[in-house]
Amino acid sequence: MENRIVLESRHLCKQFRDPVIIDVLKDITLSVRQGDFVSISGKSGCGKSTLLYVLSTMDTDYSGELFIDGQLMRGRTEKQLAQVRNEKIGFVFQFHYLLNEFTVVENVMLPGLKLGTFSEAHVRTRAMDRLTMLGIEKLADKKANQLSGGEKQRVAIARALINDPLLLLCDEPTGNLDKANSLIVFSIFKELAEKHHQTLLVVTHDQEFAANSHRIITMEDGHVISNVKNTHSV
Amino acid sequence: MRLRLIFRIAQSLLMARWKQTLVAAIGVTFSITMFIALLSFMVGLNELLDNLILNRTPHVRLYNEIKASAHQPINSASEFQRGYHFIRSIKPNSNRQQLYNSIALQKVLQEDPRVKGIAARITAPVFFNDGVVDLTGVLNGIDIKNENALFHFNDYIVKGKSEDLAIVSNSIILGASLADKLQASVGDMVSVTTARGTRFPLKVAGIFQSGLQEMDKTMSYTSLATAQKVLGKSSDYMTDLQIRLHHLELAPELAREYALRFNTDAEDIQTSNAQFETGSFIRTLIAYSVGITLLIVAGFGIYNILNMMIYEKMDSIAILKATGFSGQDVNRIFIVIALSIGFFGGIVGLLLGFLLSVGIDHIPFHTASLPTITTYPVSYNPIFYSIASCFSIMTTYLSGWAPARKASRIDPVVIIRGK
Repeated sequence: MENRIVLESRHLCKQFRDPVIIDVLKDITLSVRQGDFVSISGKSGCGKSTLLYVLSTMDTDYSGELFIDGQLMRGRTEKQLAQVRNEKIGFVFQFHYLLNEFTVVENVMLPGLKLGTFSEAHVRTRAMDRLTMLGIEKLADKKANQLSGGEKQRVAIARALINDPLLLLCDEPTGNLDKANSLIVFSIFKELAEKHHQTLLVVTHDQEFAANSHRIITMEDGHVISNVKNTHSV
Repeated sequence: MRLRLIFRIAQSLLMARWKQTLVAAIGVTFSITMFIALLSFMVGLNELLDNLILNRTPHVRLYNEIKASAHQPINSASEFQRGYHFIRSIKPNSNRQQLYNSIALQKVLQEDPRVKGIAARITAPVFFNDGVVDLTGVLNGIDIKNENALFHFNDYIVKGKSEDLAIVSNSIILGASLADKLQASVGDMVSVTTARGTRFPLKVAGIFQSGLQEMDKTMSYTSLATAQKVLGKSSDYMTDLQIRLHHLELAPELAREYALRFNTDAEDIQTSNAQFETGSFIRTLIAYSVGITLLIVAGFGIYNILNMMIYEKMDSIAILKATGFSGQDVNRIFIVIALSIGFFGGIVGLLLGFLLSVGIDHIPFHTASLPTITTYPVSYNPIFYSIASCFSIMTTYLSGWAPARKASRIDPVVIIRGK
């Protein structure tokens, strides 16, 4: 039985109008099913990051249709979209964006507290679970700015997972890391995909990284030029 | 839950820049302190100056002015009804200064619910004999008990006792400057000559000092009975009725009513002392404008701090928005920051303002014209404190409003892409 479709875009187009009109995304139609580990790769400037922001609902200036969990995202208010991001999407960016004033565990807890489904104590246990899973439970009570780059990125991943997102969106998650840390982060993603069946959509220009995902979408000049199952990975 | 989260984030942002936050809060504290101290002092001074006059001035005064009658014989002549009458050199007729039917008049006034109290008075010009020189002065026959109750007469007695007027017969209280000139002190005899030439020895029972030089030079007080005796009048003789009302604002209306009803002249306090109200109003206005200006300056301080904070915390705002905080949540966070600066700065300001006014209240302040005042006057009206707290919350809210709106509109994509 096929898994349900988590993310779907139909004929997505986006233009930058300043200073001249440039088509950044041209008629992009793709879908991501639950449990998929998809990577989007392509050269710098091909529009892959822009695509990710449109898919993440943060960028609303596009034409075409975007469905998340079967629901149309067009015409929703900023508040409703924030709610969707909070509930269904986890983010990992190239930069960690941790709040220095908070401890590691509080950073992880923030989106969970915002969601408000669980009590604060429960959110804390969940946050500790995620940290343990990523092997950084010892850092829980440190301030975010006392961590190394690789540790920070792992905390960011834990934060992305706090609300059991339907979809984890990553923008060059290893872009700022050295080889060793890249490998750690990479193995985390792999474990997430294979053991926890977490749906992952990763934008990367790291060929090695892409080669290990289940499906590779290659973009060029705003088009999707290939969308193939990766037979080598499993 | 949601609100608690917003408070927590606001608090951590505040603590992250605690030095700047402290400076902004001190700005609010300083302005509230000065606002309270300034107003307390200014209004205290106003009350002092107003009381100098208002406490001693009857709200309505009934008397008979010496003037020509408005009804001249020609008005009654039917053949001249239609013409306009030019009459020259009219002299006042022999009508008296006395209030007619004064006993009944007092009874009516005492029963009027709008009247707080009345005090009868006899005013007569006299000469004080100092050797060969005669000093002009005014002898006031007063009802000492009512005068004390209604017009705080006792406050201005610097030597002797005002009650002695009622107990010791033929006694007099002299103005301080007048007593100096006569070289009279308590227990001495002074001699008084009336306009009709009667000479009368009176015993000095006390000295009063009003703070108004002109009064202290000419005024003297004695009991009603003594004044009647000196002037050779019967016991219902009185020239003035001083009325104190429950509500000062009613004075002009009541003055008109009584003038018509009792067929006397009536003067209300607003007419006789209009300039004092204007002075108080302007002083209060100045105090308020200075205070509010200080608060607005503090507001700009908060605006700056918040703007800086937003530029510094752009990343944090972006990630909050990416992970599901809406623009409204971010807006609330910054409003909470602004309000808490205003709230805590304001509370400390209220306290310091109170302490400062207590301090001012203890600074010695002696002046010859105000015998009962020993320290600077301060008013502790709770109204100032509530106005100050309202204003501190309002200005901080307004100064937080624009930065908060800016923060709520930050586009996370721009920041994340820019890295």
